[in-house]
Amino acid sequence: MTEQGVRWTADQVLALAPDATSRKAAGRLGTAGPWSEAGSGKESVWGLCKGGGSRPYRTVVDLTGPAYGCSCPSRKFPCKHALGLLLLWAGDGGSVPARAEPPDWAGQWLAGRRERVRDERPGGGPGAAAADPEAARRRAERRAERVTAGATELERRLADLLRGGLAAAEQAGYGLWEETAARMVDAQAPGLAARVRELGSIPASGAGWPARLLEECALVHLLDQGWLRRDLLPEPLAATVRSRLGLPAPANGPPERDRWLVLARYDTADAKLTTRRIWLYGAASHRIRLLLSYGAGGRAPELSLPVGLALDAELSVYPGAGQLRAALGERFAAPAPAGPCPPGVTTAEAVARYGTALRADPWLESVPAVLERVVPVPDAERWQLADADADSALPLTRSARSRPGLWRLLALSGGAPVTVFGECGHRGFTPLTAWPEGGGEAVPLC
Amino acid sequence: MLTAPPHSTRREGNAMNGTAPRPDAESGWADLVTTALLGTDRRPPARLVPGRPAPVTLLDAAAEATVRRRAGLRAARAARRPERAPEDPRPALPPAAAGRLAALLAERSGGAGGGRRGSSPDLMELLPQWLAAANGHGYAAPTQALPALLDAARGRTDLRPAALAFAGPRALWLARFNPDWRFALRTAPGGAALPDPGDAEAVRELWEEGLFAERVALLGALRARSPKLARALLAGTWPTERAEDRLMFLDSLRAGLSAADEPFLEKALGDRGRNVRATAAELLSALPGSALAARMAVRATACVALDRSGDGPLIVVEAPHECDSGMERDGVVATPPAGRGERSWWLGQLVEAAPLGSWPERLGGRDAREIVALPVADGWQGELHAAWCRAAVRQRDARWSRALLGAPSAPEAGGPGAVSLAERAKLLGTLDPAERAGWVAGFIAAHGLSEAFQLLGVCAVPWSAPLGRAVVDALNIARDAGSYPWSFSGVMGLAERCLDPAEAARLQSLLAVPDEREDAAPGAGGYWAEAFQRLVTTLRLRAAMADELRPAPAPGVG
Repeated sequence: MTEQGVRWTADQVLALAPDATSRKAAGRLGTAGPWSEAGSGKESVWGLCKGGGSRPYRTVVDLTGPAYGCSCPSRKFPCKHALGLLLLWAGDGGSVPARAEPPDWAGQWLAGRRERVRDERPGGGPGAAAADPEAARRRAERRAERVTAGATELERRLADLLRGGLAAAEQAGYGLWEETAARMVDAQAPGLAARVRELGSIPASGAGWPARLLEECALVHLLDQGWLRRDLLPEPLAATVRSRLGLPAPANGPPERDRWLVLARYDTADAKLTTRRIWLYGAASHRIRLLLSYGAGGRAPELSLPVGLALDAELSVYPGAGQLRAALGERFAAPAPAGPCPPGVTTAEAVARYGTALRADPWLESVPAVLERVVPVPDAERWQLADADADSALPLTRSARSRPGLWRLLALSGGAPVTVFGECGHRGFTPLTAWPEGGGEAVPLC
Repeated sequence: MLTAPPHSTRREGNAMNGTAPRPDAESGWADLVTTALLGTDRRPPARLVPGRPAPVTLLDAAAEATVRRRAGLRAARAARRPERAPEDPRPALPPAAAGRLAALLAERSGGAGGGRRGSSPDLMELLPQWLAAANGHGYAAPTQALPALLDAARGRTDLRPAALAFAGPRALWLARFNPDWRFALRTAPGGAALPDPGDAEAVRELWEEGLFAERVALLGALRARSPKLARALLAGTWPTERAEDRLMFLDSLRAGLSAADEPFLEKALGDRGRNVRATAAELLSALPGSALAARMAVRATACVALDRSGDGPLIVVEAPHECDSGMERDGVVATPPAGRGERSWWLGQLVEAAPLGSWPERLGGRDAREIVALPVADGWQGELHAAWCRAAVRQRDARWSRALLGAPSAPEAGGPGAVSLAERAKLLGTLDPAERAGWVAGFIAAHGLSEAFQLLGVCAVPWSAPLGRAVVDALNIARDAGSYPWSFSGVMGLAERCLDPAEAARLQSLLAVPDEREDAAPGAGGYWAEAFQRLVTTLRLRAAMADELRPAPAPGVG
């Protein structure tokens, strides 16, 4: 393939920045000034960046990841030098000429990284087969016993709660839930712990909280019951229950090779962990898949695919009925500009899909959906995405209404129909990416 | 259980209920919530399952109802859709320029960005230039950039005209939906709301019923097209306008002022409002052919005479002894500010408002340069020359400005002479750009950079080659003198924005860190190298920005 065919756009590069400060710093470094010996080739970009010290930083980007290497001490990922280098590369060919071979320092890093990636590929590593299957089985049994004890205790606590009434629980405050959540962590059921913490925040969430609290308590109860009676469930639903509880399982679905369009990418963070969600759409299979990656202690998650590009790669889904989460397997080429936006559905169809998906996973909050020919309808309190050709609409979720991306969506539309990708659930629709009428580049909204 | 027929219950957050909820499901869910709130000890559930505790039965029922409700959600009815935004016929930005805009705007949202800047360019300072260049090419703004553009314009009023012009009609459409962007509807240049100046009916209607801001905009737009029509419109309602509105309307005559405005202005000299009278007088005095200018000439020349009795010609000044009602009607303010003598105060105003063309005849046929060179008796020189400066600026008289500025290398040009730096900057504004740049270059070559900031601010961007070279040479001298670069940060910042990008190559030699000298400030050499690095980087960036905005030769290629 041609090396120079697929330069990314500045927008796509800036979308990789872990935060606004990095975006800003990268903008400043994205000029020829501080760079020397920059070049690109073999699906990588490299260069020397003059920094504060006497020796320039060595920066190299593997475009197939993308993955970044830089001799700077920054804990940001990617660092501003890597972003600046990509901007320079995206901007014009003159500053980052194509070369046949990277310099030694970059070549070594690239070779090392690509070797590691080959080793880590699912099923390809040496670790999987070497473990003692008997020991693994005993460990799994011990964990199952603990989870059972946790689920049983949670059932007892929920029963106590409803025996005494939610009104009484409101007065008990957050501490009660926090303690219960800690017990679930001890029981090695992180999924239950997270749900219990959520329960604790509902009484302070405004009008209508008793109904919301009852709903969520009931779904926790459903999950407990699903675990305690998992032997009676069909295997795919049992796998969903295990995954909702947070029990690890390998992504062992058959490899799905496709040109995966990066539909959307966004991070959510709590005190300890940043979770990155990347939605992908298979151009040939029309499947939608979700990649998750994590960053601990304030670091940005490693996986950072730019929205609007497509990558030729294999994915494997995790077990569970209706499961969309997948693991990224082999990548066959660097991400390249994608074709037109994926075909979509009407608002009514999107809601119906959510309803259907609950059949396989009743704990689903939302499903991914591409809405075609919808018009954003602004209103101080209740924004909607309305079908251009029908009288139905989806309200936007409360969280979506407070994001700046909302205004980008309205500006992009200008009252005309657009295509919008987002998450459609019982709280409404959360727009994540939009495409203008008549084709055009994807505009991230999150 | 999970394939239950659709139904819905009315609760907060359940906005998608397109169909009316089935009453039994509705009351069933409400009943469950009531039971949950009170507790099953106090209010046992309606239906109990033998062998299952009451709270567990409640949870079972609630789980089923919850999943059933979610599975049965329907789309909501669509609200009234907004009308379509007007079309923007301008061509789209080249992709690289669109990317650059995103980077410039991202810089803005990154916050104040305090601290030392090191060697990287200050992108926010380049946004005004970028906008001016993009507007020059006539590009349309990328629609997704409109919110960030509006936010930028909201934060910086100096950016508003260019940002709103670039943002175009869709930004005004967008601004209607966000209270934060209301300013755009007020300040829109020739906004979409203005009627066609040819449509007399619509013009008259807006003029009589519009909001003040709309009326000011209308008057401005109309004046640009047809000064006569604008004047007629204003004259029609003049007596009924409020004093502060009259002042604002009068001010709008400043643009495109001509002799045809004189009768209207002359009438405004008799206005009830003092500020209105003063503004009318000021505008009239900027018309050297006006009757007011002639009256002022008579008064002013009566105070200034040539005395040939001594060794050489000498200007003698006899300031007015009173401020009569005629002077007051012509805009002379009778009461001086605290600390000023009233006679010199009156003299200053008379000379300022008198046409400069009346002086050569009065002072022996001399031209401006010769008159400025004449000695002035009894310490009146400062007062007289300052008034001539104000007159030269008001009447935009390049010849007098040149004479009053003098040679840029003259020793008194550098210090606080009769003509202050601020006045000099204003005088420079009356010269053509090349002459202006040449004068400032000469000034910097002779006096260095410490006083140059204000003067550089009035020079056309990019700086002409002689001016740019003078600034770079002066910076180089300042570095060799051993001071720190931040003493010159104002000039450095200007140079980053105004120096011709083509100069970058000549700056290359300044980037090296020189050997530290004994008398230099510690570490200064490194800081200078960094400052020059930033200068060069910024110039390269500006060159790249200009390149990116150049239209592609043929679409669909590359």
